[in-house]
Amino acid sequence: MTSRRVTFVASACLLLSLAGTVLLLHRIDEIRPRATIEDALYINSPKVVKRMSLGFDGLMACIYWTRTVQYFGHRHVLHARTYNELAPLLEITTALDPHMIPAYQFGASFLAPRPPNGAGEPIRAIELMQYGIQHNPENWQLYYDLAFVYYTELKDYQRAAAVFAQGSKIPNAHPFMKLLAAQMAEHADDYATARLLWSATYESSNEWNIRQNALEHLRSIRVDQEVGQLQDAVTRFFQSNGRLPSSLWEVAAAEHLPGIPVDPDGHPYELSAEGQVQVSQPDQFPFITKGLPPDYRPGMPTFHPEK
Amino acid sequence: MPAIEILGLEKTYMVGFWRKRPKRALQPLHLTVEEGEVFGFLGPNGAGKTTTLKMLMGLVFPSGGTARILGRTWTDPEVKAQIGFLPEQPYFYDYLTAHELLDYYGQLSGVPAKDRKRRVEEVLVRVGLTDVRGVQLRKFSKGMLQRAGIAQAILHDPKLVFFDEPMSGLDPLGRREVRDLIEQLKRDGKTVFFSTHILSDAEALCDRVAIIHKGELRGVGAVEDLTSTVQGKVEVIWQGTQIPASMKALTSDYHVSGETVRAVISENQQDAAIDALRRERMRLIAITPLRTSLEEYFVEKLQSQRTAGTTA
Amino acid sequence: MSARIVHIASNTFREAVRDRVLYNLIAFAVLLSGAAILVGQISIDIERLVVVDLGLTAVSLFGVVIAIFIGIGLVSKEIEKRTLYTVLSRPVRRWEFIVGKFFGLAGTLAVNTFFMAIGVFAALLYVAHKFSASDLMILVALYFIVLEFLIICSLALLFSSFSTPLLSAVFAFSLFIIGSFADDLRGFAMLSHGVTRWIATATAYLVPNFSAFNVISAVAHQQHIGAQLIVQNTFYALFYAAMAISGAVLIFERRNLK
Repeated sequence: MTSRRVTFVASACLLLSLAGTVLLLHRIDEIRPRATIEDALYINSPKVVKRMSLGFDGLMACIYWTRTVQYFGHRHVLHARTYNELAPLLEITTALDPHMIPAYQFGASFLAPRPPNGAGEPIRAIELMQYGIQHNPENWQLYYDLAFVYYTELKDYQRAAAVFAQGSKIPNAHPFMKLLAAQMAEHADDYATARLLWSATYESSNEWNIRQNALEHLRSIRVDQEVGQLQDAVTRFFQSNGRLPSSLWEVAAAEHLPGIPVDPDGHPYELSAEGQVQVSQPDQFPFITKGLPPDYRPGMPTFHPEK
Repeated sequence: MPAIEILGLEKTYMVGFWRKRPKRALQPLHLTVEEGEVFGFLGPNGAGKTTTLKMLMGLVFPSGGTARILGRTWTDPEVKAQIGFLPEQPYFYDYLTAHELLDYYGQLSGVPAKDRKRRVEEVLVRVGLTDVRGVQLRKFSKGMLQRAGIAQAILHDPKLVFFDEPMSGLDPLGRREVRDLIEQLKRDGKTVFFSTHILSDAEALCDRVAIIHKGELRGVGAVEDLTSTVQGKVEVIWQGTQIPASMKALTSDYHVSGETVRAVISENQQDAAIDALRRERMRLIAITPLRTSLEEYFVEKLQSQRTAGTTA
Repeated sequence: MSARIVHIASNTFREAVRDRVLYNLIAFAVLLSGAAILVGQISIDIERLVVVDLGLTAVSLFGVVIAIFIGIGLVSKEIEKRTLYTVLSRPVRRWEFIVGKFFGLAGTLAVNTFFMAIGVFAALLYVAHKFSASDLMILVALYFIVLEFLIICSLALLFSSFSTPLLSAVFAFSLFIIGSFADDLRGFAMLSHGVTRWIATATAYLVPNFSAFNVISAVAHQQHIGAQLIVQNTFYALFYAAMAISGAVLIFERRNLK
């Protein structure tokens, strides 16, 4: 065999096997979609993972953090109802690197809320935050995250206020900490407070999932407010005219509005036969508490990226 | 059919940190070696001998030119079955014994299994490596390694053998043995192509030689032809330690060694010299026409190019 | 042709054996027996887990080290020591040399793993006092480890064909580490954008996917390994090794052996 033939055969072999490996890698990935996570959690004790890292804690923390984000994102896209591994992943990540602030923020945003928006483990979220504060006492953001959990999931406004206040005392703390402390104490249930909180979350994080989550909440707050206002207008109409309005046009006319109010997506609000204001597409607003049709079953959580 | 035809083989290396500077290791070489010849490839170290050999072996790729070995293109793998190669200062798998090494090489050369054992024994005897059963090559002396190298080169009974500096590092006895072996190979009808910088070996063994220097071929020819240039000089040897004044008048080229004096005079001064010695009653021992040695031819060739180079 | 490859392969095997490579089995045996005895004595209910985890990890690590340390010298040592000259002056094609060396090294590792496997099962028998059906999966894990070795051998051979032993060792070892985190690397790639994403994805696919071969934890927890994965991994390893060997052949064919 001449050298040229060998070159030809070897090159062909190289390219074919390259194609083969890429193809097979795809197929293998399909067989084992949860691979890294399953792998990760055969050893789900943070202490053991730390020992096995042979001192390369920082690198392992980065790797576990990547897995955490992937895990959540993957399941979120699949509209999962459980996120059982989220807490262990975050605990391992922060055990390996107690100073990985984004991990705590992630925990605050996604550990505490109930499925399908989160793992539904507010207590573990609180423990995580406290662990973080213990190891990063000069970081005001962790106080924010802790108070966040108290506010959003546990509705414990007093504790939230206390934590905001504590956090505000840290040098370099963002001014909104003091603001939020005050708001918590007096107007915990206000839309303005909620809006302030979620805006603060959006501003203070660089992580895509967290920001999207905050945006969704802000959208939902706006819907809640508008639905509430419209509902009040319907009530006023009823009181004035002794009957329910036949459509929102009548309400709009009565209130001297330029047209039927539209939701953040541009779709007009609707009026049910029983006189309830509703959103036309509830699935687009996973966090609203008002404007839902009576027989509505929550659909899949989705993120609407900022346009 | 010539055993070897080198048709313009050349090699230029790119050296320097960025591999931009060309370094000419071998100018285009044209050379033919006939079957059954013992051919000497002479030159000082770094002349390009090893480069040429490696190119013929396919270890190094030429920058230009081709060659034919035993009638086939030099890159044809089938050619390798009919040639043997002994590299300079060979090194073998030192964890093997001589028997194992030769057996392995026999396998690679395609020697059939039933013949291999016998041939290995034969060739070991031939190169004088007895009593080495079970001894790993790492324990061999330099001379023994050289012999093992020759053994592997001739194991498969090739028609053509290439030796690169076969005498290097050997003591006089070893060199003698290698010379005998080469002579034996010639008697067996094999072609031997060997490179060396030791001219006396070439003079004794070779039918023809080529001289190469700084990558360039400086001369080719039969040893006899190259050294037969009678310079028109005559060598006179007489007994004694005196040089008569009349001799001194003829030449200044004389040399006392032991009990004799040797002087070189020109041919036409022969009679005058004989007369001079007879007058002084000195005993003439010999008068011989002077042949250049290969060494002188060699040095002359090297120097002529140098002067040609400086004047050019 | 194939006869020469076989001869080169067996000579490579012989070299490894005479290099006292197989002595590593002694160290392995000592390690494993020590662990088995220790764990058996303190009786902590995870004896089986420890023996399988430790045993298979040791098989894997010992083998990788051997593969790399012998593999890096396969070609470069022969060039440096010039033992190659008299080999290539024979009717041996350069590609046959590479392929023969590969099989020799792979064979050495296979034999080594075989003995180690016996050791693992012996230790397992000692601590668990009997075999169970799920122990069959240990064979699968061992098979996967051998597939890993094939890939590593081919990579070491590839680097040896053009690089010095030290650099080859560094490259091969790095690829082993990175390949063990190949899943994560692909994850990183998916999270990045633009040109970085292309480069990261390309790298992630070129790097050997050792994470798919590492089923040690799963097997230790008596999980079942699907037949589909076994088949896919086998083909992946074969393709990958073929790729690296083709590369080695292409490089070696062109190399001037000064």
